[in-house]
Amino acid sequence: MRLHATWVWLHTSPLPWLVLTLAAYELGRRLRARTGHPLAQPVLVALVIVCVAIEATGTSYAVYRSATGLIAFFLGPATVALAIPLHRQSRRLRGLAVPMLLGLLAGTVVSTAGGILLVEWCGGGETLARTMAPKATTTPVAIALADRFDGIPALAAVFAILVGTLGAVAGPTVLDLLRIRDHRARGLALGAVSHGIGTSRALHDDAAEGAFAGLSMGLTALLTCLVLPVVAAALL
Amino acid sequence: MIVGLLWLLACQLAGEIVVRLTDAPIPGAVVGMVLLFVVLRWRRVGDDSPVVRAGDFLLSHLQLFFVPAGAGVVVYLTLLRQHALPIAVGLLGTWLVALASVGWIVTLLVRGRATTGGAVPEEVE
Repeated sequence: MRLHATWVWLHTSPLPWLVLTLAAYELGRRLRARTGHPLAQPVLVALVIVCVAIEATGTSYAVYRSATGLIAFFLGPATVALAIPLHRQSRRLRGLAVPMLLGLLAGTVVSTAGGILLVEWCGGGETLARTMAPKATTTPVAIALADRFDGIPALAAVFAILVGTLGAVAGPTVLDLLRIRDHRARGLALGAVSHGIGTSRALHDDAAEGAFAGLSMGLTALLTCLVLPVVAAALL
Repeated sequence: MIVGLLWLLACQLAGEIVVRLTDAPIPGAVVGMVLLFVVLRWRRVGDDSPVVRAGDFLLSHLQLFFVPAGAGVVVYLTLLRQHALPIAVGLLGTWLVALASVGWIVTLLVRGRATTGGAVPEEVE
């Protein structure tokens, strides 16, 4: 038995972390299928299990991050694939350009300016406010914008994923409470505040909602890049 | 599957190149999404094509791909606890107000255009 050598190998191989992440995600999928509870979102279940495992084993996050680079890589082609549901719904795009752009512009101003103001009013300080500002955008954009506006890039990614998970868990329920019933409006709203993670919940619930959430996520990323310099100049 | 993945990655690659050449402030994958949309419309791609099957597979597991970046929360647990109030208020407050703003504005404007007859009528589901 070569216990020690095997133990050392386990600490350096990316395989244990890949297996754990996939298994935790699959457990989340089964919980969602079995319970149907809004909290049973695969991303939330997987994050809780992975974070507990990282803390319990005393692993540094950098080690986990590089071990699971293969999984993170697929965020790129999956984002490209959001063109597919949109292609299926393209007939429903007609007459929507103006309402959509005005709605998303308002959403972007609220997300960025509101994030800065609320954090500062609650005593969070300027760095935290700068990190909070781009949190409604998809993770790579949030990271890039936090970097450009002197926030903390890795923390901006965490904020983006927390707010995305919030959208996956609570988005559809809150939209029901707000009496927003048009599938296009629901999808656009969810994609504008909870980017890809909200989009994945929308795709799971309704094809049209998912398509418009994906479109909204892309446009919100673009609008935030244009709006944030103006908002930051005015407020910071 | 390989042909489908090839289309997705080729669109992303083209998007990443465009973003770098033009110094555009958006991620290459979002430009790639626009490029793929143009390709899909242009070639009237159907639901049985490789790119659609590969794309649908990836999209059905979109949540998985956020787990590696999301686990970065372990690095900031202390900071999150110290600044719990501003972070919670900032995240929840703007999320709720922005969600309602987008949803209501789109609903009202779409309804307005439909009743004034200025827009193309939407088909019934």
